[in-house]
Amino acid sequence: MSKEKIVLCEDLADIMPPEYHELVETATFGNQDRGWKDIGSSKELIEQHSLCAGCPESIAFRYILASLPAPEDTVFVGSTGCTSLVFPHVAVHNIHSLFGNQNAIASGLKRTLKSRFPDVEKDVVVLAGDGATVDIGLDMTMQSWFRLEKFTTICFDNELYANTGGQESGLMQKGFVAKMAPKGKNFEKVRLAEIAREAGCAYVAVLTVSKPNRVEQVIKNAIYVAREIGPTFVQLYTPCILEIGKQSMEGLDEMKDSETIGGRFVQKEYITEEAQKLLDSIKEETKVRKKAAKAAAAAK
Amino acid sequence: MNKQVELKGKRIIASNHVKLGQKNKKGQTYTDINDIFFKAEQEPNFLTGSEVIKEAIKRCSVGTSVAYPITPQSEAAALIGEIYAEGYLDEYFRGESEFAVMGQCAGAAFGGHRVFTTTAGPGTLRAMENFPMWAGSRLPIQVCVTCRGINSPLSIQPDTLEMHYLLETGMLVWHAETAQDLYDYILKGFIVAEQPDVHIPIAVCCDGFFVTHTKDTVDLSPLDLCLTPYDPYKSPVTCMDMESAPIRMMRDPFIMKSNYINYSTHASWQQEVKAAMERSRKHTIPLIGGLIDEENTDREILIVGSGTAVSQSREAIRLLAEDGIKVGLVKIKTIRPFPYEEIKRVTKNAKHIFVPEFNIAGWLAREIKSTIPDNERVYCGPHVMGGMTMPSEVIVEEIKKHLGVETGNLMDM
Repeated sequence: MSKEKIVLCEDLADIMPPEYHELVETATFGNQDRGWKDIGSSKELIEQHSLCAGCPESIAFRYILASLPAPEDTVFVGSTGCTSLVFPHVAVHNIHSLFGNQNAIASGLKRTLKSRFPDVEKDVVVLAGDGATVDIGLDMTMQSWFRLEKFTTICFDNELYANTGGQESGLMQKGFVAKMAPKGKNFEKVRLAEIAREAGCAYVAVLTVSKPNRVEQVIKNAIYVAREIGPTFVQLYTPCILEIGKQSMEGLDEMKDSETIGGRFVQKEYITEEAQKLLDSIKEETKVRKKAAKAAAAAK
Repeated sequence: MNKQVELKGKRIIASNHVKLGQKNKKGQTYTDINDIFFKAEQEPNFLTGSEVIKEAIKRCSVGTSVAYPITPQSEAAALIGEIYAEGYLDEYFRGESEFAVMGQCAGAAFGGHRVFTTTAGPGTLRAMENFPMWAGSRLPIQVCVTCRGINSPLSIQPDTLEMHYLLETGMLVWHAETAQDLYDYILKGFIVAEQPDVHIPIAVCCDGFFVTHTKDTVDLSPLDLCLTPYDPYKSPVTCMDMESAPIRMMRDPFIMKSNYINYSTHASWQQEVKAAMERSRKHTIPLIGGLIDEENTDREILIVGSGTAVSQSREAIRLLAEDGIKVGLVKIKTIRPFPYEEIKRVTKNAKHIFVPEFNIAGWLAREIKSTIPDNERVYCGPHVMGGMTMPSEVIVEEIKKHLGVETGNLMDM
């Protein structure tokens, strides 16, 4: 979309809500260097969230939306769960259709946008929970990777079905006692990152959302690689503090604990050679561009 | 209940599309549906039903089609692949299951394409969760359902039970009797479903094998004319292509069970889908010549049917006439919206109403029974199921048995 479209009609400006004025005036549409540091100084693309107080998913949402390279041409595909409570408050087009079919929707959508807008890069980003991605939707998740569909899949891994009240999921740790696993889960956490790598993803990352700069980099990498090369996958640990018996302020500690050496979420990436080359060249270009901008600013 | 719409001289207001009159990359001219059917000369061809689906799609300016093999629609789905390779469609691929295929179709429709797919029997049921989602999302996707058995033990034979499950999905459901109907309904179905005041999905159903795998003479419109393309910006809901300004869609997500507004939003949304279906009547009637066809409905004995049951009934009526039993015929073309008023009108004088069906449930008879007064007049049958054919003699026998006639000497019926 042309950024000029995100403007206010003068005659109707006085009846538009203040949030929309802010969106037009201070959001970061069109700024290719936008990132998590804009949070607090510009209008975010998430208006408010309807998640539990202190939910790490809510901060993950904010980091992701702040990191999109081109939100003015990005469409999200969600699934049923806690994420579907947030999407109505988000200032990018997003689709909720059913539970688990997100990668099927994204496949049809990405191909259609490619066909309708051959000269514009329209990013499609799937964002769904672990139940949707791994259990009910695994078939469609993997098949989209097999077909090398060019979009990014993000999984909010909270290791259980949070929205329905804390039932066992495939990404839950072995031994964890939960609803529907009354004697403890009796098989290992599904190794989704490895599945993604083997199924054809050109870029795979696993991490927590404790460090915004890391989240930003990973999301940007995933979207850039999906544009040029093929499917990408990002698995983010966003613990459900409610269902694992933590307090509102304990989400960050939980994530930090899980990413220390030997933890389940020590950051890892699988990058194909082709994808690495692309990311290196983008890094170089960005460096040159920023340097030139700095020099230009200094010259003024 | 619907009001009767006068047919004479009516044309659907189909297309003031910007591309009207222009040529596509195959050299076909984007043409108003009225001109395609009512002005251009139609040419007879001898084709199977599957080939007819292919010929129809060649003329439909379809953006995306997603395929998956299941008998008896596999051939049609593969033939669409062939015309994709020839450049008639923008996008075509094989999905991984009917559930996924219908999701992929939804994604393409959310993104602004005209979308066509085909399915059958167990595939229709596997896809089922998607159909009310399509309707609720106001996606005017067309699925051609080539009906077959859904029961266990496994059957691939024709049986229309799956249509029963489609009735309350919020989709338009049309039932083709012949390959000619199939051709007409596919082209016309897109135009009706995509009207801004309708904009809901459509299932164009036909009886598997009887229609798909037999050859019939079908009048085709000229290949150098095709439908005007789908315009996603006439949709009553936003096209998900980030080409219009993003808005905050609602104060609270629909799913929050927190306040009255949310409840009433849900209620009115469902009512709106239903109302959209009702509004489709005024577009459908001029295009397909009414929701029903009728022959001799002043008679006391009527057969009311849909699909190939109508063809069998026509022959049964001829046989009964030889015995002096005069029977009228009603062919129902649209099951959703259901022609309530039409059925009430044409059955007004009937004393015996027979509803032959290719399924065990008798859903059409049930529908008619719930529509007309004095519904003990409706005889639910004859039924065949599991892929059995319904010879006209079976209908004749059932009617005679019910009337208490063993041999044909009822000259004054």
